[in-house]
Amino acid sequence: MSIDKNQVKKVAKLSRISLDDKNLESLSNDLASILKFVEQLNKLDTNNVKPLNSIVNKSLEPRKDKVNDGKIKDEILKNSPDKNEDFFIVPKVVE
Amino acid sequence: MSDLNQNTLTQIANLIKTKKISSLEVTKFFIENIEKAKKLNSFITTCFEKSLKDAKNFDKKKNYKGLLPGIPLAVKDLFCTKNIKTTAGSKILENFIPAYESSVTNNLWSEGAIILGKLNCDEFAMGSSNETSYFGNTINPIGKSLVPGGSSGGSASALAANLTPATIGTDTGGSIRQPASFTGTVGLKPTYGLCSRWGIVAFASSLDQAGPMTKNVEDCALLLEAMSGYDPKDSTSINKKKEQYSKNLKENVKGLKIGIPKEYRIDNMPKEIDNIWNKGIDILKKSGATIVNISLPHTNYALPTYYIVAPAEASSNLARYDGVKYGYRSKKGKNLIEMYENTRGEGFGREVKRRVLIGTYVLSSGYYDAYYLKAQKVRKLIKNDFDESFKKVDAILTPSTPSSAFKFGEKTNDPISMYLNDIFTVPVNLAGIPAISIPGGVDSRGYPMGLQLIAKALDEQTILNIALTMEKAINFKNSINRWWEN
Repeated sequence: MSIDKNQVKKVAKLSRISLDDKNLESLSNDLASILKFVEQLNKLDTNNVKPLNSIVNKSLEPRKDKVNDGKIKDEILKNSPDKNEDFFIVPKVVE
Repeated sequence: MSDLNQNTLTQIANLIKTKKISSLEVTKFFIENIEKAKKLNSFITTCFEKSLKDAKNFDKKKNYKGLLPGIPLAVKDLFCTKNIKTTAGSKILENFIPAYESSVTNNLWSEGAIILGKLNCDEFAMGSSNETSYFGNTINPIGKSLVPGGSSGGSASALAANLTPATIGTDTGGSIRQPASFTGTVGLKPTYGLCSRWGIVAFASSLDQAGPMTKNVEDCALLLEAMSGYDPKDSTSINKKKEQYSKNLKENVKGLKIGIPKEYRIDNMPKEIDNIWNKGIDILKKSGATIVNISLPHTNYALPTYYIVAPAEASSNLARYDGVKYGYRSKKGKNLIEMYENTRGEGFGREVKRRVLIGTYVLSSGYYDAYYLKAQKVRKLIKNDFDESFKKVDAILTPSTPSSAFKFGEKTNDPISMYLNDIFTVPVNLAGIPAISIPGGVDSRGYPMGLQLIAKALDEQTILNIALTMEKAINFKNSINRWWEN
């Protein structure tokens, strides 16, 4: 499997990353060589191997089902590039 | 006072404890060193006003409790620090000021330490040379044209230049051990789950671990003890009693079996790396250890596995940078989607884009099984290799890196050649086990080269003890003439 420019364009769209033509070209080359590198794994037969999903052998610990919003609304909003007193502001979504 | 350039973290802690020196004197000394070292570009942010205030407050205390009494420390800029800018080396977080403190840094301050500032690193810890940082290259104190390694490059540079008596970094594929190796310092990647990940800017969550970077093994044990511990806020944190690594630190090699994996003797490895490895083997033999030849047959597949797993997790973790809640927002774009795309296009550097794109690709419909599932299966085989080996040996000795420090620009054009730097460190992250890098010697140019000791999960004490023995025999001295102060 190799990756072409159109596929990279699609992946960039999925990743929500804008790329100009120059970057699209050179990143496509990078991605192709990285994918070629990782495809070495195809040399290995893994049909009978169970995937490793987690390195830590433990189940998630339940905690009390209690609301904790931290009560730090102002501090959280402080870092936003655009906000009013209570909300983050984003470009218009609904016409 | 000039002795502070020679003193270790443990020694400074004792000097403060016995009131031979005040925290304020020590803090002022390191601030002066930092101010004279702007050329190294090790720091992204300093907070000296707070450092001095905290030191004065510490000196007023009557009781000296804690492992790090009044010790000023700088930390990698990947740890969230409350009310102190945290950038992760990225433009997208250039002005981010966390409202909370990471658990690991919180542990340091609880033990009495004082913050000096935040250290440069590769953007989102993605890199092996510190060259992907938005805030410019960090210089290796060993030589003006040399990279300090990465991603904890600022940490290694500041430590080797004595701008901080010790520091902490994070290690996802070698980001503590490789820069330690390049700067002649000690760095340890703990067992996955030993140190809390809460409040660390996430890169690849199943691999990320914080760890100590120090001048010697004794300091490493002390700092690991201070920073580790169970944290209910991290769902993968291991719930167990805190270890006393310092108290239990002793030269203890007799009767231990040390494995030497044949797969780590790679083609084209510099002769000098081979030589320090053999020197390390000799030291262990002379100290009473038994050397056992072992095989880790899937070693060659570790890097390809890593470059599927890590980008996949990164693409998911970095989805949060959308220009809405915090961080940089592009002014371009007619609608919400275009705002997202331009924010991320302008806010992420090239290496981060590469990895997010690769990660999105290997997780996307139709490719998931061929790449991501395959990688998880091979990860299992790599872990099995180590599990089998640790039935036969107590620890494994390898070189830390396939070369000593390289020059700026030497590997930036070819991502694969940069990735190959982590060939000896990545398997350990995939298996979730601990490893330490200690200086093994210098090459003909005087550049340090590291040796790596690997243990089974939660057996940090064993490799600390072996490292202590080896450190004494190797007797490594960094010859740094503080050229940046002129």
